Amino acid sequence: MPHLALDKVTVHYDGQPAPAVERVSLDIGKGDFVVLVGRSGCGKTSLLNVAAGLVAPARGQATMAGRPITAPGPDRAVVFQNDALFPWLTARENVAFALRLRGVPADKRARRADELLKLVKLDNAGDKRIWELSGGMRQRVGLARALAAEPEFLLLDEPLGALDALTRERMQTTLLDLWAAAQVGVLMVTHGIEEALVLATRIVVLAPGPGHVVRTFETHFGRRYAAGEPIRAIKADAAFAATRADLTDAIFEGEAA
Amino acid sequence: MSVGTYTERPAAKTGENDWLSVPWSRPRPKRAGVSARLISALTILALLAAWTVSAELRLVSPVFLPSPAAVWAKLVVAARDGFVDATLAQHITASLSRVFAALVVAIVVGVPVGLAIGISKVGRGVFDPLLESLRPIPPLAYLPLIVIWFGIGEPSKILVIAIAMLAPVALSTAAGVRGVSRERIDAARSLGATRGQVVRHVVLPSALPSILTGLRIALGAGWSTLVAAELVAATRGLGFMIQSAAQFLVTDVVMMGILVIATIAFALEFIIRRIEHALVPWTGRQ
Ligand SMILES: Nc1ncnc2c1ncn2[C@@H]1O[C@H](COP(=O)(O)OP(=O)(O)O)[C@@H](O)[C@H]1O
Ligand SMILES: [Mg+2]
Repeated sequence: MPHLALDKVTVHYDGQPAPAVERVSLDIGKGDFVVLVGRSGCGKTSLLNVAAGLVAPARGQATMAGRPITAPGPDRAVVFQNDALFPWLTARENVAFALRLRGVPADKRARRADELLKLVKLDNAGDKRIWELSGGMRQRVGLARALAAEPEFLLLDEPLGALDALTRERMQTTLLDLWAAAQVGVLMVTHGIEEALVLATRIVVLAPGPGHVVRTFETHFGRRYAAGEPIRAIKADAAFAATRADLTDAIFEGEAA
Repeated sequence: MSVGTYTERPAAKTGENDWLSVPWSRPRPKRAGVSARLISALTILALLAAWTVSAELRLVSPVFLPSPAAVWAKLVVAARDGFVDATLAQHITASLSRVFAALVVAIVVGVPVGLAIGISKVGRGVFDPLLESLRPIPPLAYLPLIVIWFGIGEPSKILVIAIAMLAPVALSTAAGVRGVSRERIDAARSLGATRGQVVRHVVLPSALPSILTGLRIALGAGWSTLVAAELVAATRGLGFMIQSAAQFLVTDVVMMGILVIATIAFALEFIIRRIEHALVPWTGRQ
């Protein structure tokens, strides 16, 4: 089973006095849903970009199935907070982008794109232009576009961060559905404590100065949803509330001092 | 080429800031009546009226300022019988084809140069100083050199105009390329795009609005160079027509030529804006 792993990764940006991230290790298996949480500036995006191959670590290394990661690739598709869709293309053409890069014939890639749009519940939006879509719909297109690359891992940097609270809650279950359906490993960054709890199989709490791991939580709420339990029941569970309190403590640890 | 040299910069807005004109009033609903367009129309009408009155009252000698009626009469005559051996339509066609040929040259050279400036340090190092030093040189200054090098044929005239158009096209392309969002490029790379594919499928379409703005500016620059270009042994063209008229102090033809050029430039501007709207409907809507 291929793993996406960071081994004692240090990120040091050019011209910065101190590293942004120091000696962080992560290991993401194919069925895992790993969520990074922590205050702004603690290096979540930097770590995700190292996994994506968009930022090179100063020390340590990132590996994909044991091989060092040196460049971005479709086996690790990234979705950003601001959808980064292409406005000159329709929703369908956006989704088909990775297939077009590979030279897949037009009719075939349109069919595949429509399947993926259906998977993200945008059955009738294929011909729409990007600016005609709401924020939530755009993120769905972004997710479908990433899945079209047939990645083994999805790297999501605050994908729901720009959405309103209600849309966001709906998108969380969409994410879990996709994760279960597409059989991918996920590395996701979020600011939402509840969001982390709902989605993750593992939550990694980071603290700044330079970014490091303070605690790791193994959680199972996302798996329970994937196994068929309703999301309301999961959130009402006493274990959910207890883990939430621990997680909040871990995030704000040392903050008051 | 290093894709790593992109910097994020919001694309320039072309619209004007309406709030500047009403700084201390409460926000109010737009009144349907008084639009900027109406004000423009009224301004033009007022100018025409002032022109007519001063010409009719002979405030200024007709040699300096012929009446609108005289200019219109000249337009009719030039359209029907021609002026200096060519009809007005032939003059217009000659000038238009030069401007458009020059535009094609400017696009073919300027867009790749702008792309090179925008995406590569070497490109920027080589072309930026060249363009920046070329830009302020008046066409009349390099005209003799071009005649010496390329003779007095049609290519020289086109080249003079194309040189004036090159900087706006290339610099707007470069600005558009540098303004492409980092995330868009990173997303494409993580979907498997090679560097060439990033340029072709992401950078160029992202820069298209800026490139089109460049073409609009370039057309303006082209028209302002037309008279200089048609100094070179031309027998037709609006610029040539104006110069010939000026030599014989035929002021009404000079004014007629100026107004024809202004009208054509205005119409082209309008057409390009329409093309922009059709080609890059997403600008300002994201
Ligand atoms: N391209 C960059 N150049 C220099 N410093 C950066 C760059 N990207 C991020 N940083 C710095 O690194 C630290 C971590 O940033 P980031 O990974 O974006 O954190 P997070 O996503 O958790 O908010 C911050 O202090 C930030 O200012
Ligand atoms: Mg971030």
